[in-house]
Amino acid sequence: MKITLWGTRGSLPSAGPETVRYGGNTSCVEVRTEDGSLIVLDAGTGIRRLGAAIGNETRRLHILLSHLHMDHIQGFGFFDPLQRPDLEVHVWGPPSTTHDLRTRLTKYLSPPLFPVRLRDLPSKISLHDVSIEGFTVDSVRISCGLVCHPGPTVGYRIVEYGAAVVYLPDHEPALGARSFPVAPEWTSGFDLAKDADLLIHDSQYTDAEYEERPGWGHSSIRQTIRFAALAGVHRLVTFHHDPSHSDDMLDDLMDDARRNGPMPFELIPGQEGMSFRVPR
Amino acid sequence: MAQKEIEIILMRQLASYLSMPIFVVDPAGTLLFYNEPAEALLGVQFDEAGEMPMAKWATIFRPTDDDGRPLPPDALPLVAALKMRQPARRAVRIVGLDGVPRKIDVIAFPLQGQGQRLLGAAAIFWDVNAK
Repeated sequence: MKITLWGTRGSLPSAGPETVRYGGNTSCVEVRTEDGSLIVLDAGTGIRRLGAAIGNETRRLHILLSHLHMDHIQGFGFFDPLQRPDLEVHVWGPPSTTHDLRTRLTKYLSPPLFPVRLRDLPSKISLHDVSIEGFTVDSVRISCGLVCHPGPTVGYRIVEYGAAVVYLPDHEPALGARSFPVAPEWTSGFDLAKDADLLIHDSQYTDAEYEERPGWGHSSIRQTIRFAALAGVHRLVTFHHDPSHSDDMLDDLMDDARRNGPMPFELIPGQEGMSFRVPR
Repeated sequence: MAQKEIEIILMRQLASYLSMPIFVVDPAGTLLFYNEPAEALLGVQFDEAGEMPMAKWATIFRPTDDDGRPLPPDALPLVAALKMRQPARRAVRIVGLDGVPRKIDVIAFPLQGQGQRLLGAAAIFWDVNAK
């Protein structure tokens, strides 16, 4: 699989000279499978540039939404391929306990919040409530599971030919734990992340910021590193950077993390435009 | 051991911060966790007791009615909540593993997730004679 980061920022688009390297677009990750499928993880503002990079030869794609907070769906209406009548688009995401994905998503994709209704987009769009048991996209098996974040939120594990990419963009596994990490069976997201070749994980806060915001659904970089070590992943990509964190600050946070000792995985500061092969 | 459902993880975390006794079981009735206030009434720390099947926890505390008649598992509110998928309440006499008899009032409720998935059940209870 080839994985490309099109948006790594959390909460709010953050364009500016101080965020050029890590990027200011919100969550969007492209996954190209060996079999040629195109899977898009979240539809934050990064999806706009991805849309411009998708050729007309693509006839079908899948958008997997982790949840429906604005920073994960704001780019949806600006994804140009949705204007193509010949394109088949499958959108997967979590329902709530009372509303299906369509009802929830169209709250944003309709006036007055957005001028165009979902049903008026020319492409052939199908919406699917994700099943906790997982589902299949083309030839790829997707596992998903509810994770600790306010509102219905899922993480995804994409496995092709034995290689696993795991996407947990908004995740607070340390919530309520008196010391973290705790036992794996009591850790949100553990089964999804276990032994992943590549884990893309929320690392929004510093430790000091987390102390001010427990329950907001995000992790500090230190917590993310501990989670990745517990899960035995091979590579960790930090993701969902706080909008107030500049490039220089993120560099410093990564340097601090590395100074705390060797890690049992490769730590990769997630920057917009980065690509990875899985397996290497 | 497989990871618990997120709702169960959050239930345990919530219970660990609350001051009323809480007891949590999975869909099969297996005890998953009880908190420190529950330890005081059950007479044993959870770390000592550990996870245990319903057949064990439903008898180990020797539950009886007010007349001293043993209560079968199905008569316990937690088992009823799990099987009937609705809240249940009753007073139960137990003997903690510290040997102290207590009368407790129990309110149990099922834990249901999205799609009506049964995730287990939880009970809150208290010593009716506590001052």
